[in-house]
Amino acid sequence: MPRLKRRFNRMSHLFLPLSVLVVLLIINLVKGADYFKITLINGVLYGNIPNILFGASELVILSIGMTLVTAASRGQDISIGESGAISSAIFVQYVLRAGNVTVWTILAGFLISCLAGMVIGAFNGTLVSFFNVQPMVATLILFLGGRSIAFIIDGKVSPILANPISNQIGTVIPGVPIQTPIILTAVFIALVVVVLKTTNLRLYVESVGVNPSAARLNGINPKKVIFLTFLIMGVCSAVAGFIAVNKAGRHDSVNLLKFIMMDAILAVALGGNSLAGGKFSITGSIIGAYTIEVLNRTLLRLEVNPEAIKAFKAVFIIVLMIIASPVVSAYAGKLLDRIKGITTGYSPGQEVAVSAVDSSAKKEK
Amino acid sequence: MGPLNKGKPKTRMSNSTLLFIIAGIILILMYGIALISFPVSFRQFQTFFDFFNLNAALFIVTLGMCIVMIGGGIDISVGAVCGLVTMACALLLETGAGNIWGALFLSLGIGLAFGLMHGFLIAYLEIQPFIITLGGMFLAQGLLTTLHKEPLNVTKPAFVALRRYTIEIPWLGTVNRLGVFIPSEIKPSVFVVAALVVLYAILMKWSRFGRNLYAVGGNRQSARMLGINVKRTIFLSYVICGLTAGLSGFIFLLTTGAGNIGNGSLYEIKAIAANVMGGVMLSGGVGNLLGAPIGTLTLLTINELIRAAGVQSNLQAIVSGLLLYIFIVLQSIIMALRERRQFSLALPPWLRPPRAQDQKTAEDQR
Amino acid sequence: MQPEIILKMEGICKSFPGVRALDNVDFVLRKGEIHALMGENGAGKSTLIKIITGVYQKDAGQIYLEGRPVNFRSPQDAQNMGIGTVFQEIALCPNLTVAENMFIGRSRDAFVNWKQMNQRAAEMLDSLGIPASPTQELASCSIAVQQMIAIARAVDMDCRILILDEPTSSLDEDETKKLFALMRELKARGVGIIFITHFIDQVYEISDTITVLRNGQLIGEYPTAELSQIELVSKMMGKALSDISAIKKHEPPQTDESVPVFAAKNLSSAAGVRPFDFAIRKGEVNGFAGLLGSGRSESVRAIFAADKVTGGEVRVNGQMVKIKSPLDAMKQGIGYLPEDRKVDGIIDELSVRDNIILALQVLKGFFKPLSRKQAEEFADQYIELLDIKTPSLDTPIKSLSGGNQQKVILARWLLTHPMYLILDEPTRGIDVGTKVEIQKLVLKLAAEGMSLTFISSEIDEMLRVCSRLIVMKDREIVGELSGADLTEQNVMQLIAQGGE
Repeated sequence: MPRLKRRFNRMSHLFLPLSVLVVLLIINLVKGADYFKITLINGVLYGNIPNILFGASELVILSIGMTLVTAASRGQDISIGESGAISSAIFVQYVLRAGNVTVWTILAGFLISCLAGMVIGAFNGTLVSFFNVQPMVATLILFLGGRSIAFIIDGKVSPILANPISNQIGTVIPGVPIQTPIILTAVFIALVVVVLKTTNLRLYVESVGVNPSAARLNGINPKKVIFLTFLIMGVCSAVAGFIAVNKAGRHDSVNLLKFIMMDAILAVALGGNSLAGGKFSITGSIIGAYTIEVLNRTLLRLEVNPEAIKAFKAVFIIVLMIIASPVVSAYAGKLLDRIKGITTGYSPGQEVAVSAVDSSAKKEK
Repeated sequence: MGPLNKGKPKTRMSNSTLLFIIAGIILILMYGIALISFPVSFRQFQTFFDFFNLNAALFIVTLGMCIVMIGGGIDISVGAVCGLVTMACALLLETGAGNIWGALFLSLGIGLAFGLMHGFLIAYLEIQPFIITLGGMFLAQGLLTTLHKEPLNVTKPAFVALRRYTIEIPWLGTVNRLGVFIPSEIKPSVFVVAALVVLYAILMKWSRFGRNLYAVGGNRQSARMLGINVKRTIFLSYVICGLTAGLSGFIFLLTTGAGNIGNGSLYEIKAIAANVMGGVMLSGGVGNLLGAPIGTLTLLTINELIRAAGVQSNLQAIVSGLLLYIFIVLQSIIMALRERRQFSLALPPWLRPPRAQDQKTAEDQR
Repeated sequence: MQPEIILKMEGICKSFPGVRALDNVDFVLRKGEIHALMGENGAGKSTLIKIITGVYQKDAGQIYLEGRPVNFRSPQDAQNMGIGTVFQEIALCPNLTVAENMFIGRSRDAFVNWKQMNQRAAEMLDSLGIPASPTQELASCSIAVQQMIAIARAVDMDCRILILDEPTSSLDEDETKKLFALMRELKARGVGIIFITHFIDQVYEISDTITVLRNGQLIGEYPTAELSQIELVSKMMGKALSDISAIKKHEPPQTDESVPVFAAKNLSSAAGVRPFDFAIRKGEVNGFAGLLGSGRSESVRAIFAADKVTGGEVRVNGQMVKIKSPLDAMKQGIGYLPEDRKVDGIIDELSVRDNIILALQVLKGFFKPLSRKQAEEFADQYIELLDIKTPSLDTPIKSLSGGNQQKVILARWLLTHPMYLILDEPTRGIDVGTKVEIQKLVLKLAAEGMSLTFISSEIDEMLRVCSRLIVMKDREIVGELSGADLTEQNVMQLIAQGGE
């Protein structure tokens, strides 16, 4: 029992994003009971849920990187869409020039684009960690110039990525019932989990985000850790760019992953993470990212005027942030305590106080 | 103040002043380079005035953003609010429901509404400013597309007259190839910019609100201890920023004459960049309000310089990014050197030249 | 005749999540009285002060200001009613000018009259002899000057009640004298002063009345003249003094002629200590003595490479090694408990468990995380060993009391089994009980063969624990005392004469 309770406490920060997700799903169910229906078309699963997982794949991957950057550097990377556009442009050029496209070409192209993503991450990371520039200002540079770089790499407007393998990566591989981007996202999440389990990334990033000075005196180099998170962010952007360009089948340097940083930052905040750094929850951010996708699709499904979708989204975000705000939650907590106090006859605050005095009294003996 | 300071330690320049001076020097440097490289275009006064004529709205947005940034916040909805206002005013004028005054009040009203919302949620409910103003940005964009999707030209005669109205400066101008003297022209919106700069500079330097805002941006906890109403100060800063963004929409419409979905897009990013170039730091408490127009001018000069140089259009963004990069790194190095001097007493004396000398060498190297 | 009462507080209660900070506390301040508020850390002094100044809201109780019931909703409220405060941590804005810091938040005028403000500030600074210019940015003043500016601000506010929360902790003797003169002057003008300090001598020098708090409860109010120092201390601690004298000093093995565990030659750092030599043998406890700012903290920071090392050579067990970063030092078996626990020690949002294993984890390396089970075992082991009071392993360290936070950091270093442990002010700001525990622990560790450097502001504490003292003044070592020479008298003399 206590173990279960502890686990529950550890998960308590997920309460908000999860409940929002559930509310949205219920709204969808009310709208049409067949919401969760999944159909098998040509051996592939389709339906609302697969569509959501498919549509959110890039955002999920980017929000993972954004979570780490936010936690360590106490700021946000606003150039992720641009960096995805650049690294995927390199991928496309590599594949187009390779002539005969095999799985190995794609893989090599993918690895090269990841490398490009890391170079971009290193650029941003150097500015933030070694030159002490605020993340949003540092990444402003690539945000302004990034798409032009992508265009120059492309050499023309929207080069087309017409090969069967890319098509399969963007849609489905014959014989596999799940769309490939969903699988790639799952693999990526699994990789992140493995990294978090086998390294001290979490401890290092959180220590640096909470108190860089103390972290340094315990042998952690805050600059290196911040730099590392930007490198990871670069890889995330490259993977997201890779998925996006294969989905689209062409590289549109102007619109690929455009303004996705706003959604990624939103996902991080929805996941209960502080945008001022410190402790982080990647699970929360992933749920946040899917919530945003569900929200977008819900608004479409409710036949909201497409022009007004953004306004509805805004109202939703604002209401959500009000519910989650420290002032409102403190007030709600007090109210809850009072209700509990009425039902059980004592207030929990008092109980704690008594035990605190008890323990100090013991010390005196 | 002279006699009072006798025998007292030498006053060290504040970070705000230092960054402001650097910003000023960079602007002069940039404009100097432009004058030398493209004398034909840049030596015309009109080129200079056109910066204001064509970008009055950006100047105004930057001013509002500057105030929020000094308070340690950020408002990324300003571009979208500006765009929303242009469309709302265009609709109002075109449907004939209101006159120019009505449009002006509408623009201020929309700005005020956004400012109040942001200010209340950020100051009193303590929600992260980035997310709330992101919400504000989406809201403004959504409302804009809901209002009207197509570009909407304002044809109301009174408005067109106002839009076309220019003021000639008879004693400033250029002689064209035919030997005819062409006086420089400025638009009325330039006066709005000038008035706002003066007004806001006074506000930040001499008003209680302005000084409180610096205190809040510098150290919120201390500001509270000093008896400053932190929440109200932050609230007011967002209200002012919202109002300013609303006004900028009206000025934007006055400049382009049409409501359009793309109006004011990326203004939030440009305003942040301009402020950073003007020596206003995102971390708050540091920056001179006059840095906002100076930063904007630097940004515009750079863009104009790149355009005049005939750089291929898609290289333009890269070059401006590169220049921003150089600027940011320079700023960071200067601040780092300064920090080090403050904390390390063991620094050799040759690393401690007077400030002015530093800047000269920086200039010489260019 | 009893002087007029300005401030009366009755039955004040205040709870925080997990702690009852104040429990039914009464407090009375009279006109022209200097009232010392005494108690160990965690006794509730700061909370009481914050309620008087409107920073916190009381949960229960009543406050009367000159007989009228009042309620301070914000610091501004309190200020307007004539309550001036100088806080322990300087609550000024570093990015504003000196003059602004003295006057901001006070005027109701919509505009600032800079000329008048600067002039008034200059007069005030002059009359108090504070070496600062009104137009100077506060960040460019030294900490002591900033503190004095904070006092000048409070003084200038014509306050009826002045609260000084540890005002003297960063002032030297001369500055303290000036402050006391000022306090007496204000007292004569009828201002009621609440004075909080850790220096008991100062309490007896200046105060009229003492109120003692312990564990959030009122112990009593006493005229200073009628309460002996011993009584005061035992009331604050709530235990007999015999505990303290029970500590027996550990004498390091004198036979040890072998190479020192750690030795440095001409060591210097960017923080500005003069190049110094230093060595410590196995099982020895030594200390750096000197006033605040004498360079004692900077010296140990140089040993640990916490500041950038600019010169000198270091030997560990006779072997030349390069120590360029804290990590290098840790790898050589050196641990460092920093002076400022909040800024350099705890990672406040992280759990007690993470805070305990942090150093060990870093030493093990990025790719070798401890399993959750291992981490919990280690943490539990040291929580028991050091008697750390925490609701659970997952509790964020920031919700622990100061003493328990300090123990967590101690546990963090003990877990790495260092051969040489540096403790910079390990007993600052924690209750006497824990202080004694920590002193005992230091001696026990030394007996087990660990070398330790122990720094404290309280000289008698160092005399109890250290077998050798290195005395510093003005960032330079002025002498070394050990054996029979190690007396308070000698240390003082060295500090007083040293450097000439």
